[in-house]
Amino acid sequence: MSETFIEILRRALDEELTRDPAVHLLGEDVAAGGAFGVTRGLAQKHGAQRVRNTPISEAAIAGLATGAALCGLRPVLEIMFIDFTTLSLDTLVNQAAKYRYMSGGQLAVPMVVRTQAGAAGGAAAQHSQSLEAWFVHVPGLVVVAPSSPAEAYGLLKSAIRLGDPVLFIEHKRLYTMKETIAEDAGLPTIGRARIARAGEHVTLIAYSAMVAYAHQAAERLAAEGISVEIIDLRTLTPLDMTTIAASVTRTHRAIIAHEAVRNGGFGAEIAARIGEELFDELDAPVVRVACPFAPIPFAPELERTLLPGPDSIVRAVRAQLQ
Amino acid sequence: MLGTLWQIRTFEDEVQRLAGAGEVPGFPHLSTGQEAVAVGVCSQLAREDVLFTSHRGHGHVIAKGCDIESTFAEVLGRETGLCHGRGGSMHLVDVPNGVLGATGVVAGNISLAAGAAWAAQALGSNNVSVVFFGDGATSAGAFHETLNLAVLWNLPVLFVCENNGYAEFTSREEHSSVKFVRRFAEPYEMAAATIDGNDLLAVYAAAGKAIAGLRQGNGPYLLECMTHRLAGHFVGDAQRYRSKEELAAMREKDPIERLQRHLLQNGVAQDVLEATGERARQTVLDAVQRARASPPPDPSGVLDGVYAAECLNTLNG
Repeated sequence: MSETFIEILRRALDEELTRDPAVHLLGEDVAAGGAFGVTRGLAQKHGAQRVRNTPISEAAIAGLATGAALCGLRPVLEIMFIDFTTLSLDTLVNQAAKYRYMSGGQLAVPMVVRTQAGAAGGAAAQHSQSLEAWFVHVPGLVVVAPSSPAEAYGLLKSAIRLGDPVLFIEHKRLYTMKETIAEDAGLPTIGRARIARAGEHVTLIAYSAMVAYAHQAAERLAAEGISVEIIDLRTLTPLDMTTIAASVTRTHRAIIAHEAVRNGGFGAEIAARIGEELFDELDAPVVRVACPFAPIPFAPELERTLLPGPDSIVRAVRAQLQ
Repeated sequence: MLGTLWQIRTFEDEVQRLAGAGEVPGFPHLSTGQEAVAVGVCSQLAREDVLFTSHRGHGHVIAKGCDIESTFAEVLGRETGLCHGRGGSMHLVDVPNGVLGATGVVAGNISLAAGAAWAAQALGSNNVSVVFFGDGATSAGAFHETLNLAVLWNLPVLFVCENNGYAEFTSREEHSSVKFVRRFAEPYEMAAATIDGNDLLAVYAAAGKAIAGLRQGNGPYLLECMTHRLAGHFVGDAQRYRSKEELAAMREKDPIERLQRHLLQNGVAQDVLEATGERARQTVLDAVQRARASPPPDPSGVLDGVYAAECLNTLNG
């Protein structure tokens, strides 16, 4: 049976709530189902004490989840939009990320912050950003960005069981995407990328919603005789350089695609690592496909113009192979 | 409790002395003059009750039962320190004694204390959570957000504000339009009191009442303790923002002398008081000597404990 991204997240949360009594959900409107309906019905099934609405207090609720995680709960906090994590940053960066290290290993923060990112449908400049690079810059945080419903199912369950604070980034454009989960699929290891499509001529590194665009681009390029290998990173921290290196060593070319702005984006980090570690393997400079350095505009025509998509990936691959 | 007051005073005097000699890394913050709040509140806590404190937390953790040598070793950044030298003066953690951390960001862990109280509530334990902060923290948004949440969820958390009249170098008159911190509890209908924080017996009594209420499920409590910071904001602060006269007036209210006067008036012999003080001071001085002789952390462990091992392996792989 195929399920949407939202339905599959709900199933994963439901199963984790059932499996482990320490798991608790909290966030704005989560008992009411959440702004996108991810948690619909879970408060009724698991009780109002385990699926709790909070005030619009992103600073305090991030701290509430962190403090509870220190004391035996496994909170899953929903911050409705990644744009709103600005209000939680002190807790996430200065407290949650550092507890294990600062305490000399005495304490851990097994917490997942589910948040939703990316541009779609005229959400405009304060509800559309891709801010993952901020979090990747903080030691102690794990950053997960699933690319499809089936991926989200396993990664969310693994994240909840991990034992470190995880920022779990859901792309709003993927919420309606449908997929069927293989019943015997095991849970993925946090920190392992996957080869989403095998290829020979170029390695295309993507995550989150860009993986679907990468597949579309690869299909078109295949018709031109260009074989693209797609790596779906799944987790940005830890970064799976082993998988990247194995692929680039075969293809000798790398392109990184993300929706976040190019300047200071995560692509810069991957490009630098490839340059440092695989320079002799490269037949061409590493290329980034990303958003220009501008806020996300409101008007659909402008939003479309700005966002990277299959076309920009196809152009980048052709240019690199010339 | 007199002995604990002296232990804290001596501990911080030693921090100041050794910081002056360049032996203490970073910039420690002393609570000299505020010790009665730490001892009065922590004397009412069980070992399992959890405590969060601020950058000015030496007194709180000692009063909660932390080993003095390990605490001082942490302030010195040694391997034998509570956090193996990873935390330092502003990030003391001692899980066996319920000390769950201190924050270098003012108001940064007030919400964490509420979270710990939520966990206690959810897990059906009778433990309470206590957080210490200064009056400077009450100008931060996270403080107000947390008060609201704590009342809404009826959390067993005690908010202890040490109102010493200064947010770093800035007086309360300059940083807050509200004179007494207790007033912030009113709109949330949280129980609260303002007491003389330099009167150990008053703190002990008020904290006992508040904590008993928490254990009965009465919801959170805000305890404002009026006190004076006899030290600067940090070791080395020249305190140009306050006059010699003001400092002299504060010293008149020293909580240790005040308790000793009270005990003398109530029949405790002078030599008993002196022996108690001397024993406490000597205990700390001995512990400090041992801490100073302990080794620094092994640099080869600098990457340990950033993540659970499975994650770190991949990160550095």
